[in-house]
Amino acid sequence: MRYSIVQLAAQALQRHRGWQPAWRDAAPRDGYDVVIVGGGGHGLATAWYLAKVHGITNVAVIERGWIGGGNAGRNTTIIRSNYGLPGNEPFYEWSMKLWEGLEQDLNYNAMVSQRGVLNLYHSDPQRDAYARRGNAMRMHGVDAELLNADAVRKMAPFLDFDNARFPIQGGLLQARGGTARHDAVNWGYARAASALGVDIIQNCEVTGFVRDTSGTVTGVETSRGTILAGKVGLAVAGMTSHVAAMAGLRLPIESHVLQAFVSEGLKPLIPGVITFGAGHFYVSQSDKGGLVFGGDIDGYNSYAQRGNLPVVEDVCEGGMALMPMIGRVRLLRSWGGIMDMSFDGSPIIDHTPVAGLYLNAGWCYGGFKATPASGWCFAHLLATDSPHETATAYRLDRFRTGHVIDEKGVGAQANLH
Amino acid sequence: MRIPCPFCGSRDSREFVSRGDAAPVRPAGDDAEAMFDYVYLRDNPAGLFEELWYHAQGCRNWLRVERNTRDHTIVGARLARPERAA
Repeated sequence: MRYSIVQLAAQALQRHRGWQPAWRDAAPRDGYDVVIVGGGGHGLATAWYLAKVHGITNVAVIERGWIGGGNAGRNTTIIRSNYGLPGNEPFYEWSMKLWEGLEQDLNYNAMVSQRGVLNLYHSDPQRDAYARRGNAMRMHGVDAELLNADAVRKMAPFLDFDNARFPIQGGLLQARGGTARHDAVNWGYARAASALGVDIIQNCEVTGFVRDTSGTVTGVETSRGTILAGKVGLAVAGMTSHVAAMAGLRLPIESHVLQAFVSEGLKPLIPGVITFGAGHFYVSQSDKGGLVFGGDIDGYNSYAQRGNLPVVEDVCEGGMALMPMIGRVRLLRSWGGIMDMSFDGSPIIDHTPVAGLYLNAGWCYGGFKATPASGWCFAHLLATDSPHETATAYRLDRFRTGHVIDEKGVGAQANLH
Repeated sequence: MRIPCPFCGSRDSREFVSRGDAAPVRPAGDDAEAMFDYVYLRDNPAGLFEELWYHAQGCRNWLRVERNTRDHTIVGARLARPERAA
């Protein structure tokens, strides 16, 4: 069923009793060409691009819980491509371009809103660093604009510009950045992939891998039986170490909890996405009116999907330092998601040392914005056995060879990225 | 979380800095493969996990804390280098 204004009108005349489920809740078959483990945004996007771009439709996406129940529904919905390093920027810009055409591609309203991402700077060295990053972006053909304090004041007059400790001197703006409705992204990919024949199998937990005598992975053991596969792709960020260990792999990844928060609904207040440059705090406003914000990971290994109060306090202090007007806004909800923290802060889209097993992992807390390109590049890898041109740097062996992509420059400690 | 510091008693985790996994041990020689393993590869278990915490705003001892990564329950803590306790 194609969604359109005509369809909506026709359904309205039938009192909306004719809508169909958006995708098939499939039962597992015996085997597939490709089995993707993990029904989050990245897994579903991979299935969609496998089917659409590469014509491989005999695909299953298997998910332990339900579609959209993991990090795909726990992030803060920000999309941007304001990276500085050559290994990163083409990939994230490819993602941005896919975001820009996503809704037409999927025939689904993902509420992609290019309302701008503004990173504030508070000192001369930070301005220089942002100028450098902005220049790096522009050399890759990406929009970036360095704003002074007056220009920022026009956009966001409510900020604490004359803060004694961290005065706001300006910001780096990516006007094409913004937000997207994270659940809708998932549902849109699921619906589009399902329509092309991809099986989406929920409540199906991987318990092991099927291997032949040479060690090649030829399928997965699951809570719903054995499923054979020509190739198996892992897109289980948060649980990557756990699942990869079933194939005997040890990875440069730690699992950490990242919290996010939403306030009660307010009238339109915050124009785009604003980040605090002197602490870790970022905020946007959802279309429903809630302020959606977050900050640092808790900093210790966790699989708990909930964090602790010190980070709640730290994030709220960051918010108060940036925009004191939110001091009387009430916090509505907070939640946690489990992040694959890699040891250089960058993801992995690569073969594994195990034949037949492919890896998409290590997204740290930046996976949402990457969803389309991650799916595109992982599908490319699965279909062609070679990396996509924008993802050649995301190799698993880069840690061994020293070709790390350390955007933040903090070294090999997962909880600092 | 509260961490039972053997020196100071039960204290808020805010007084501590987490260093992470206590399992990796720096290899003695210059074997690149062993060093790669030490710097980058982790078991990253879901469940009981031994990690290093530094009691920065307390006794300034390094502790080995056993904690469940599934629910943040802390099972116990001991000094990382017991011989320095005195």
